[in-house]
Amino acid sequence: MFKILHAEFLAPGIKRFVIEAPRIAHKQKPGQFVILRLYEQGERIPITIEHSDPERGTISIVVQSIGKTTNLLNSLNTGDSILNVVGPLGKPSEIEKFGTVVVMGGGVGTAMAYPTAAALKRAGNRVISIVGARNKELVILEKELRECSDALMITTDDGTYADKGFVTDKLRQLIENGTRIDLVLAIGPIPMMRAVAEMTRKEHIRTIVSLNPIMIDGTGMCGGCRVLVDGKSQFACVDGPEFDAHRVDFSVLVQRNSMYRTAEQKSMEDFQRDPQAQVEAVHAGQPGACAVEGDGQ
Amino acid sequence: MKERMKLPRQHMLEQSPLERAHNFTEVNLGYSEELARQEAMRCLECPKATCTTDCPVGVKVKEFVQLIVAGDYMAAAAKIREDNVLPAITGRVCPQEDHCEGGCLMGKKAQPLGIGYLERFVADYEQGHMDISNIRKAPPTGKKVAIVGSGPSGLTAAGDLVQKGHQVHVFEALHTPGGVLVYGIPEFRLPKQIIREQIDYMRAMGVVFETDVVVGRTVTIDELMEEEGYDAVFIGTGAGLPQFMGIPGEHFNGVYSANEFLTRINLMHAYEFPKYDEPMVDFRGRNVAVIGGGNTALDAIRSALRLGAGKAFILYRRSEAEMPARIEEVKHAKQEGIEFQVLAAPLEFLDDGKGWLAGARCQKMALGEPDASGRRRPVPIEGSEYEIPLAVAVIAIGTSANPIVQSTTPGLNTNKRNYIQADETTQRTSRKGVFAGGDIVTGAATVILAMGAGRRAAKSIDEYLTNPGQW
Repeated sequence: MFKILHAEFLAPGIKRFVIEAPRIAHKQKPGQFVILRLYEQGERIPITIEHSDPERGTISIVVQSIGKTTNLLNSLNTGDSILNVVGPLGKPSEIEKFGTVVVMGGGVGTAMAYPTAAALKRAGNRVISIVGARNKELVILEKELRECSDALMITTDDGTYADKGFVTDKLRQLIENGTRIDLVLAIGPIPMMRAVAEMTRKEHIRTIVSLNPIMIDGTGMCGGCRVLVDGKSQFACVDGPEFDAHRVDFSVLVQRNSMYRTAEQKSMEDFQRDPQAQVEAVHAGQPGACAVEGDGQ
Repeated sequence: MKERMKLPRQHMLEQSPLERAHNFTEVNLGYSEELARQEAMRCLECPKATCTTDCPVGVKVKEFVQLIVAGDYMAAAAKIREDNVLPAITGRVCPQEDHCEGGCLMGKKAQPLGIGYLERFVADYEQGHMDISNIRKAPPTGKKVAIVGSGPSGLTAAGDLVQKGHQVHVFEALHTPGGVLVYGIPEFRLPKQIIREQIDYMRAMGVVFETDVVVGRTVTIDELMEEEGYDAVFIGTGAGLPQFMGIPGEHFNGVYSANEFLTRINLMHAYEFPKYDEPMVDFRGRNVAVIGGGNTALDAIRSALRLGAGKAFILYRRSEAEMPARIEEVKHAKQEGIEFQVLAAPLEFLDDGKGWLAGARCQKMALGEPDASGRRRPVPIEGSEYEIPLAVAVIAIGTSANPIVQSTTPGLNTNKRNYIQADETTQRTSRKGVFAGGDIVTGAATVILAMGAGRRAAKSIDEYLTNPGQW
């Protein structure tokens, strides 16, 4: 059991959790993720670590409600617990002095890009951050990113905050203005990462993306998270999650991520029919409730 | 003696093939007391007990079988436990034909003694009759041992070491202890309840289990020894990474590694979707092929059948004689209606134009000269290509070494295939105080061979802890 010390919504449907996980906090580096499971019948899902505090023994994650598991997770509050949290998994981001780095976050991907942006800044890079969201309410971590960026640009799809448009519009402007860019890091929805990759490919700008395929164990054992990179299978959990964007086959990633869509929709419909019952099932496994079957510690 | 030779081997009670092909409950139902004693009476009590010498953990077969004849089943269980801390598991999944029963003298003239069935009977009897609160604990030595991985080698080492009075802490990467016993072997062959009981027994003996720790990532071997005060570490992380074939189309939806297919079903209970959240591709009424001929391949294809595959078949590039699977598994699979397409291998996977598996183009094989494994090598037959329709293909052709521990432990020597180098007798590695055994040393093998390594390691760790100066 991993105790939630603090939970707060950053935006509608986007919640930050500070979790007691001393071992993970001690080892985490930017770019790494955890896999968590909420209750005995639950699935295992990977989530990038936003921040860790080794002294307090805590990590934080930012979660957007999308399917059943993320909706259930976002129903948990301060004082609740998460049944299993394992990590830190994956290779850390490559942090060195590249020069000028553009860090791009799309939606909740902003929370995943933030720790790497901060580390790149500490390594002496000039960091230009571009974050995009659907609307004003969904812009997250603006203050945090401003602190670790030399420049911060914000776009909203509907123009309700900052500039109307997409993050790629800002990247194009930078390129057209002749800004020297040594590295681009893009984390967000697949269409966004793919669009960034196409734009920087022509300009020969090295670009890193963080991939989010379906995963189970996260240690290289199952091979479910394999992605096609340079025509070869790579495991996102141990070879990634960050890869050279220009070598990634995004259409295979989209295709493999759609593999369980029917089942995921069914789970979500069942959840929406009676959310309270499902939330109670998760709470039933919490400390103080009756012991659940199984070996979760 | 002649009289005993005439007694027939008692059959294991089984669920009927028609019934069990549609459920995940255990195929073998066990011996009754009567059957067990009748079977036990067949033992010839050979002076030279090859059954024991052929057992990787050296179970005293003759002695425990005679205790069954005497009707003292608890004493029989205690006798087995002197050498084997997981009897309910080995009684179910051991390839007895390669070990104890392979060495049984009766097998030369008739059927060997049903040692595996008897072991299972005794273990199940013990489970139903013991009180784990009364387990005797050894006086503490004050020494701490970390076990990395809770599969067969780790559990065996843990069980042996705790009985010596050492403080034993087992780290498991997944959310449930048991390793391959939990994620790899299906419910119908090894019920999860059995594993839970064996692990509860070990907890009662004093072993501490910590799940959700990937050693190498969450904590390193050096940190365990330097910061957490462990006097010795045993690495039993298993074979790890699944191998793919490197043929076109392996990324199509519907192509799985055996590890993923079985992990979804066994660890994550995908066969109980939507009660459990983990889904599986819906292949009901459609063709499923598993590529490979080992126990893992058979576990996968028999699971596919139970999930409703229309036609479930094995594609194996050699002939049935070369298949590494246990004899009983092949027999059970055939009874259930699994088809064996031998001397055939896929050349490429074909899709439906939208990235979903639709079939495979295969090639027929002939047997050539024996290869390094001593088995006859498959040789492709030119012009024999053919296509088969498939909804799901599961690749069960083996595994390679998971690098996480090796790459985070400086000074730990590995061989050219990146398996950890360990002494065959002492299981010592190149790092002082660090021992290793099981698949991470030998490459993929069997539960009982990994247990044998765990047992040797425990003995060697105990000696090292008594005299730590030597390495």
